[in-house]
Amino acid sequence: MTKIFLVLLSLIAILQAQVPKILRVYDKPNDSGKAIIIEWRDEPDSTRSIVGYEIYRRAADEDSFYNIGFALPLSTSYEDASTTDNKDYYYYVKAVYRDTSFVSDLSLPVRSYAQWFHKRRLNVLVFAIIICGLVIWYTERAKKGEKLYVRRISGLDAIDDAVGRATEMGRPILFSFGLGVITDVVTIAALSILRKIARKSAEYQTKLIVPNYDPIVMAAAQETVKQAYLEAGRPDLYNENNLPFLTSDQFGYAAGVDGIMLRERPGAVFWQGYFFAESLILAETGHSIGAIQIAGTTAITQLPFFIAACDYTLIGEEMYAASCYLNPEPQMLGSLKGEDTAKMIITILFIVLVLFATLTKLIPSLNNLYLKIFDWFTAQ
Amino acid sequence: MIVNIIGTWIAAGLTIAILSFLYKDNPLYKFAEHLYVGVSAGFGVIYVWAFDLKPMLIDRFIENQGVERWILLVPAVLGLLMLSRWFGKIGYLSRLPLAFTVGIGAGLGITASIQGFLLPQIQATLLPLTTINNIILVVGVITTILYFYFSRDFKGPFKYLLELGIIFIMVSFGASFGYTVMARISLLIGRIFFLLSDWLRII
Repeated sequence: MTKIFLVLLSLIAILQAQVPKILRVYDKPNDSGKAIIIEWRDEPDSTRSIVGYEIYRRAADEDSFYNIGFALPLSTSYEDASTTDNKDYYYYVKAVYRDTSFVSDLSLPVRSYAQWFHKRRLNVLVFAIIICGLVIWYTERAKKGEKLYVRRISGLDAIDDAVGRATEMGRPILFSFGLGVITDVVTIAALSILRKIARKSAEYQTKLIVPNYDPIVMAAAQETVKQAYLEAGRPDLYNENNLPFLTSDQFGYAAGVDGIMLRERPGAVFWQGYFFAESLILAETGHSIGAIQIAGTTAITQLPFFIAACDYTLIGEEMYAASCYLNPEPQMLGSLKGEDTAKMIITILFIVLVLFATLTKLIPSLNNLYLKIFDWFTAQ
Repeated sequence: MIVNIIGTWIAAGLTIAILSFLYKDNPLYKFAEHLYVGVSAGFGVIYVWAFDLKPMLIDRFIENQGVERWILLVPAVLGLLMLSRWFGKIGYLSRLPLAFTVGIGAGLGITASIQGFLLPQIQATLLPLTTINNIILVVGVITTILYFYFSRDFKGPFKYLLELGIIFIMVSFGASFGYTVMARISLLIGRIFFLLSDWLRII
């Protein structure tokens, strides 16, 4: 009798070892809702070949369970991303073998819901507060009339020279935003530079051509040029047909701009905005027609081509500084000074942390603290 | 089969027409250019209709109910306001969707830049100064940041830090230039291979 009892007990123990056990069922943290995570533990029977795990779900208002997904062998969790928020769900997991299957217990009811704040993105919030706070503070100072210094960028003098040269040669000016769209900050900076160039071209009565890749950027460019011509006192010179939409195809645009350059033969060409693989095609054509070329972009992969083929190049943030220098309004100055101060703070913080990282090599007990700091900077 | 042959001949002809630009502007290039610009602009219109307007605005407006349906009127009205540019007196209304789009772009850009560039860059450079590679990396990052500091003129020893920064930038651009040229040459090889293989069938 005792032997039978012991055999039954060990049989139950073996069976229980093969039954997956649900550990946790919870709302996925730091998300916009509609997701629940199911975690389980399983010790698969090594004598059988496991196929995987089937996940079953029943909503509070449903009568039966439905198979909602499959997890591979060795998996211990599954994300159900098809839930409705604020509704109770019950789950169980089935371990599927080639010849049999084992079912876990039923989970407790769980609901998914959206979180207001992604706790792992606290680092982004801290930096955003610092940078935006500095920008607002400097903007307010600039509004009160305080003079905020911005150093001269060498490529800027060339803008006036280039417009003057095109006028002397009796040739038009060509300006391109590249493939940037209006939501790119670099396109917004390029609009400021266009405003300055448009004002100059209106003063000198030189034709300004702006072929466009994006219809919204075209609308913004037309507004900017129209306003600049008005400011220069020559609204009569403004011609919308000089700011046409070409195409929203990368190389179609490049072919179109190349054609315009060959036929109109501009004396000055400005490549200001975001560029991709078409940059060298455009800049080489500009070079071949003998135009003075001034480029400016934040596209790191295209900057080398502009540096090689153009007369002047505004590198990355120099474009923002240039747009600020040309239009020294409080908002622009405040943004630049705020960014500069943030850069200084980050550089100092960075030096301190690098020295601390070096110190951990001498004092290993500091390593845990260093790893915590390192982890804090992880972008989620 | 005959369709494939015609397609290959058209593609080869247009490739040669575009490459003829290397000699000088000519009627062949002009034809290929205008065809390309026209076809891509036309394709753009179909694309916007088939992948943006219809599925994201019209279909959703029909399918959705309640708030999710009526909220779609906001982008629809903003889109229509863009067309007000055609009507002189109310043309100023087109500035509203422009301002909205610019504002959204700038706002999203702040968090995206911090999350996508700033934090990974800081983390990737938090290295102990125990190897030559690490020292070069850390010095390169610091001097490059200093180069993009516009609020003051650097004089004295700081000036040399700026010059060191521009050296690091140029070395990086040189490497990027070589790398990209390699990629472009492979594109050219692909095009030449198409002409010699698919079209002329000599390789």
